[in-house]
Amino acid sequence: MNLDAFIACNRFGLGARQGDLARISGDPKGWLKAQIQNSFTPTAIANAFAGNAVADAMKQYNEGKKAQEKAAFKPLRDLYVQQSVLRFNTQVKTQQPFIERLVMFWSNHFTVSIRKRQVTAFVHQFEAQAIRPHVMGSFADMLIASSKHPAMLLYLDNAISIGPNSPMGKRREKGLNENLAREILELHTLGVNGGYTQDDVIALAKIITGWSNDKDTQTFMFRPQIHETGPKTLLGKTYQENGVAEGEEALRNLARHPATAKFIATKLARHFIADEPPQSAIDHLAGVFTRTNGNLKEVSLALVNLQECWADPLARFKSPYEFVLSAYRLLDAEATSGELVKSFESLNYRPFDASSPAGYADTNTALISPDALLKRIEWAKFFAKKSSIKIPPLTLADEAFAPVMREETKFIISGAASGQDGVAFVLSSPEFQRR
Amino acid sequence: MDTSELTRRQFLIGMGAITCCCGVMGWPNLSFAKIPTDKRLMVVVLRGAMDGLAAVPPIADKSYHDARAGLALPDTALLNLDGYFAMHSSLKPLHTLYTSKELLLMHATATPYRNRSHFDAQDLLENGTQQPHGLKTGWMGRTLEAMGGTAGGLAIGPSIPLLLNGAKHVNSWAPSILPDVDVDFMNRVMHMYGPDEALASALKETGTVALSDAMKKAPRNERQFISMMETAAKFMTAADGERLATIDIGGWDTHANQGLDKGRLASVFEILAEGILKYKQGMAEQWKNTAVLVITEFGRTVKANGTGGSDHGTGTVAMLMGGSVNGGRVVGEWPTLGAGKLYEDRDLYPANDLRSLLKGVLQQHYAIEPDITEDIIFPQSKSIAPLKGLFTA
Repeated sequence: MNLDAFIACNRFGLGARQGDLARISGDPKGWLKAQIQNSFTPTAIANAFAGNAVADAMKQYNEGKKAQEKAAFKPLRDLYVQQSVLRFNTQVKTQQPFIERLVMFWSNHFTVSIRKRQVTAFVHQFEAQAIRPHVMGSFADMLIASSKHPAMLLYLDNAISIGPNSPMGKRREKGLNENLAREILELHTLGVNGGYTQDDVIALAKIITGWSNDKDTQTFMFRPQIHETGPKTLLGKTYQENGVAEGEEALRNLARHPATAKFIATKLARHFIADEPPQSAIDHLAGVFTRTNGNLKEVSLALVNLQECWADPLARFKSPYEFVLSAYRLLDAEATSGELVKSFESLNYRPFDASSPAGYADTNTALISPDALLKRIEWAKFFAKKSSIKIPPLTLADEAFAPVMREETKFIISGAASGQDGVAFVLSSPEFQRR
Repeated sequence: MDTSELTRRQFLIGMGAITCCCGVMGWPNLSFAKIPTDKRLMVVVLRGAMDGLAAVPPIADKSYHDARAGLALPDTALLNLDGYFAMHSSLKPLHTLYTSKELLLMHATATPYRNRSHFDAQDLLENGTQQPHGLKTGWMGRTLEAMGGTAGGLAIGPSIPLLLNGAKHVNSWAPSILPDVDVDFMNRVMHMYGPDEALASALKETGTVALSDAMKKAPRNERQFISMMETAAKFMTAADGERLATIDIGGWDTHANQGLDKGRLASVFEILAEGILKYKQGMAEQWKNTAVLVITEFGRTVKANGTGGSDHGTGTVAMLMGGSVNGGRVVGEWPTLGAGKLYEDRDLYPANDLRSLLKGVLQQHYAIEPDITEDIIFPQSKSIAPLKGLFTA
């Protein structure tokens, strides 16, 4: 068990399962690179979205709302919980934890959130359809898939944005909604200092008018009657009227913009290195992003090869989701929906529940607080109590973080009054809060 | 609803019970924070940009109905303030405070930020400089340090916002649905945390005050604000509790169907007002020593957008209330909504710098020296004169 194995399992992965550290110690980087080469969507998740679950739930919801039923929201909530459990348990078992981490990174980059209630049924479908297929593919494709997905179109109001000079815009007193356009520029591509103006926001909003949802199938639908016609100028380039292709071209150009490379590289470096990553690491990742035209497999490979990612084994603090997930992985437990809902409620961190389109904050500064630590310790006790403990707590600690275990931690775990307390100490330890 | 009791977190008493080869775990500053003041400050941050023209509409501005086409409120949704301004009827408890002269409003206000990103705007609102990311500490954090670093700050919520960064002692609290952890267990955990400085100092803060959580089911989303404000009052009235606190409430980013007298925005107004009312009741006789500030990162467009909502704007309204506030007034210049008067032809013109209100509160409520508010808490703000006469006593 060596230090690089710990980093591979935690910084890049989702926490060690028993046996992982020993198994990969020979070639931790090779273990990560193999995941990138053989990336696939887990069967359970692919199957979950083969049918019409979302459209069915939305149909029930709309009928229930029309009939003013109190429980109208329930079908959306039920689907969300069911798919959250499926996703979580898949991540507990996965042999491709690096891929799963990247999936979550990109899902957070292109945030859709259940804080907008009608998006609730869509969020997991969004990840399965807009993020997963492109996580080792092209950033531009992911950007287009995200911007056209019903979840995003609903979440940031584009489904109802109407070009003022479109056929319908002229007839009715309805118009533009600039929400999605602004967030594409600010949060998905260029970044807030990427050099765009309010006029660019409006231009992009006009370009993507008509990107909407089919209410029956709950899939993407381009509606020419609300699309703003005529040429539009975005970042100095004029886009001629070209229906849906006009927006796709604009997004491809945004994906290629140097500011986008820099913005994405900074976020990745922060996630894999530290709150304030070294400029050299950012520049390197941005270079790879630009050179490969946003090839995310190459960018992910560059992360594995980046020396700075392997420097400080405990630099980053786990998010509450990562914390819970790593505990289940370590104990090889399977989550029930009741348990999972309670866990996320108690840690105040539910999947796809970011409070704004910027997503969950991804810095230690934002994640570490007195209350957050207290809640984790409460949760560790709660979880240990219901776990079946098959090996001594100190062995469990070795399985989780032997290469970085401190004397103080070893001392407390060894002196635990019961096996359950011992497990709770392992999960409460500072080593287990970090990655 | 909230039956929790405020108690000292017990594990402080058991401190030092664990010894080993590495010696006794050291906890500096074990004595409780010495409280240098009776004055309380609660800062409520409305994240997402509140529509100030919906909260406090200028009903006598002759351009109001035209400029706000689609969003101008019907008479039934208006509570009169001073004849010129009115208040949204869903804010009724705040209207009562205005009538009893405990609420002061500053309209057409903004920070120095002039772009339209929520996240940069919130960063600036909290860091107190003139640019996003201008400092990594917050103006409340620097205020706590300016008060000698002995008073503690409190974040009501799961994480500590930038606003409080920079203070030595910051606690945070959010409702829990899990049982408390026993004293002995906690002592042992603290021992493990010793070598991890960042985590140890955070965990140590939970020792100052804690609640035994009887709140088994925390309400979701914005409604949680109400019960959290009730609990906040318990922290803030405790004899050695925190004195400066902050809390967030979301739901303000009303790009679509924000509604008029009823609807999405009206329901968040109700929650905001109800939460503040609960806080006032909880503060009881300490209400006279209390100031509550309600601030948001920027306002929203004057005109309705194409989808029955409003997009990111500039000027908005800020509120100051408390038992000693010299209220019942709307202060600041009013730029009007007339043709040519809007900022970039779309937003309420930011005629009044928000820092004039914030500085006024710090100078009069806490007697913080002007030099410190000008150079340290709100750097390079000398040209922004603090508002005077904000408090009656």
